[in-house]
Amino acid sequence: MSEENKILKKVANEKYKYGFVSKLESEKISKGLNEDVIKLISKKREEPEWLLSYRLKAFERLKGLSSPKWANIDFKEIDLQSISYYSAVKKKKKYNSLKEVDPELLKTFKKLGISIEEQKRLTGVAMDVVVDSVSVATTFQKELKKLGIIFCPISEAIQNHPELVKKYLGSVVPTSDNYYATLNSAVFTDGSFCYVPPGVRCPMELSTYFRINEAGTGQFERTLVIADKDSYVSYLEGCTAPIREEHQLHAAVVELVALESSEIKYSTVQNWYPGDKDGIGGVYNFVTKRGVCHKKAKISWTQIETGSAITWKYPSCVLKGDDSVGEFFSVAVTNNKQQADTGTKMIHLGKNTSSTIISKGVCAGNSNGSYRGLVNIAKNAKNSRNFSQCDSLLMGDKCGAHTFPYFECKNNSSTIEHEATTSKISDDQLFYCRQRGISEENAIGLIVNGYCKDVLKKLPMEFAVEAQKLLEISLEGSVG
Amino acid sequence: MLKISNLKTIINDTKILNGINLSVKPGEVHAIMGPNGSGKSTLASVLAGKEEHEVVSGSIKFLNENIVGLSPEEIAHLGVFLSFQYPVEIPGVSLMTFMKACLDQRQEKLKQPAIPASDFIKKMRETCKSLNIDPDWLSRGINDGFSGGEKKRNEIFQMLMLNPRLSILDETDSGLDIDALKIVSSGINMLRSSSNSFIIITHYERILNYVVPDYVHILSEGQIVQSGGAELAKKLEETGYSEIIK
Repeated sequence: MSEENKILKKVANEKYKYGFVSKLESEKISKGLNEDVIKLISKKREEPEWLLSYRLKAFERLKGLSSPKWANIDFKEIDLQSISYYSAVKKKKKYNSLKEVDPELLKTFKKLGISIEEQKRLTGVAMDVVVDSVSVATTFQKELKKLGIIFCPISEAIQNHPELVKKYLGSVVPTSDNYYATLNSAVFTDGSFCYVPPGVRCPMELSTYFRINEAGTGQFERTLVIADKDSYVSYLEGCTAPIREEHQLHAAVVELVALESSEIKYSTVQNWYPGDKDGIGGVYNFVTKRGVCHKKAKISWTQIETGSAITWKYPSCVLKGDDSVGEFFSVAVTNNKQQADTGTKMIHLGKNTSSTIISKGVCAGNSNGSYRGLVNIAKNAKNSRNFSQCDSLLMGDKCGAHTFPYFECKNNSSTIEHEATTSKISDDQLFYCRQRGISEENAIGLIVNGYCKDVLKKLPMEFAVEAQKLLEISLEGSVG
Repeated sequence: MLKISNLKTIINDTKILNGINLSVKPGEVHAIMGPNGSGKSTLASVLAGKEEHEVVSGSIKFLNENIVGLSPEEIAHLGVFLSFQYPVEIPGVSLMTFMKACLDQRQEKLKQPAIPASDFIKKMRETCKSLNIDPDWLSRGINDGFSGGEKKRNEIFQMLMLNPRLSILDETDSGLDIDALKIVSSGINMLRSSSNSFIIITHYERILNYVVPDYVHILSEGQIVQSGGAELAKKLEETGYSEIIK
């Protein structure tokens, strides 16, 4: 609780906190996208032949595609030829300990408030920190290794565990899935890889901080998490990016594979630069996240989305096995000119599958927030259940909240429930809090956090505090 | 402690308070009665700094400071508490979180040391007990799904937690059954001391049997038209307003 109040204190007049650029020497490929660039990326990363042909196949497909237009967002088409597709922090040598890491980089971590040493010692969080596209620090490897857990940059997994990567890469999100996923498949540079062997319960929250650092560098993360039979893993992802005048494209792909009776929890706090109050700058976030649940497996997506100029994101579950469970808990905050079109897809294929969707949208300023969700129960998915709750909270009278629920049920033994509400923070609520001595800004933070409580409580402790802080910071100046 | 001089207010071009004069000394309990629409709730709101009311003339001095134009939170930090006629619901914000936020912000603004968590929890528990409140309330959302009577008891709970110098109770007794009225009254009497003062806005003489006022004022058309001791409320109960307001 005292933590909460420390946070409350910090809120007043805080600008986007993470707007700095670290002066890391970067190696960059000149702008543009063609076969040679893809070959170069693959060569630089010393990739095997099968991966290069995977990339080229995706690129071939991309040529015939254009970006999807169905989302409730408005933006200028991104010219893929104006993007530089590779930006690696120059490797002087391999790092065995923090002492060998670029001091500039360590400074970056400090500014972000991440002390790796502290993280290691106090929180039990293993960090695989990604700056730009190359992973430079991996910790807790040894402890994880003892349990047979593999947690490393995907580039390393490609070298050291090609059989796993080859088997599962693209198995959940195929190269043909959608425009942005196809683009990612062609040009992805790095990301995280995790494999938990049968029967193992990962004892720590696995965590990755992503960061877009080089001006004009699109970032194409690729993440693959595999939980083998009867295993459990909780994965945390948190993001910040520096202030830039130009739009930055981010098109990540995350694939989760939950094998029989396993469980994956995937939590995200997304705080990329949203642009200024006039909508200048900011990250374009087009992400494809999907997981497959085999028999009796469970996948939970929890996301706190406060950043980015545009968020286009639908973490989904394919409930392939009987008795599998999918969950989606989301808070999406938009302020100023931000636009978010986010939600989930729950595809019920197995019998007795169940899914839960709780979505909380908070819209302020001139922003637009949309929930878009699909619940699809197939003919053979007998006795399946879905519960959806989609709430919107509006602040002021210039923002918009929209709900686009899609339901398809092809058998008559399943049930779907949907609840939706729209509310406003009332002047009476604010006056009530202020009469008790709580400032307006803090009152908004308190009320919004209360509204989002059902989702926030799903986050691991380490993130819950950060998430509350983010909600407050992102709504600064939104009333009055 | 509180001195209101010739206070006139308007809201949306409508005159509401029309020259209020009232002086409250430390330890005094003042009851304000009056027909519907006489300006009782407006007076409470203006004292608490609600911004839609415009003060066109006069002054409000609290502890020798003019509080006209101060923000609601500044007035609260000086020690003014308003028990709302219609307390709002704030789902998801537990009473415990809320009280902690209130106290922490006040201590910080007044440059006072923070209240240790153990003292805070102890005080919460004791206050629950004295108002016959189920400790489960502490983890429930503020007033979320509460009955009218529970909401009023919750207001008194917050009042005791914040220990204000001046408490303004806006029809806190309305809608209470006799048991709840007794509990609310005992809460007020607990806080009553030679330094704490109260303004009790009410329609009924009933509560004044439990919390005996030093003064009773009758408000009509934005002015205090008659003042007296506790006996005035009794007289009012018998005769109604029409005999007094002519």
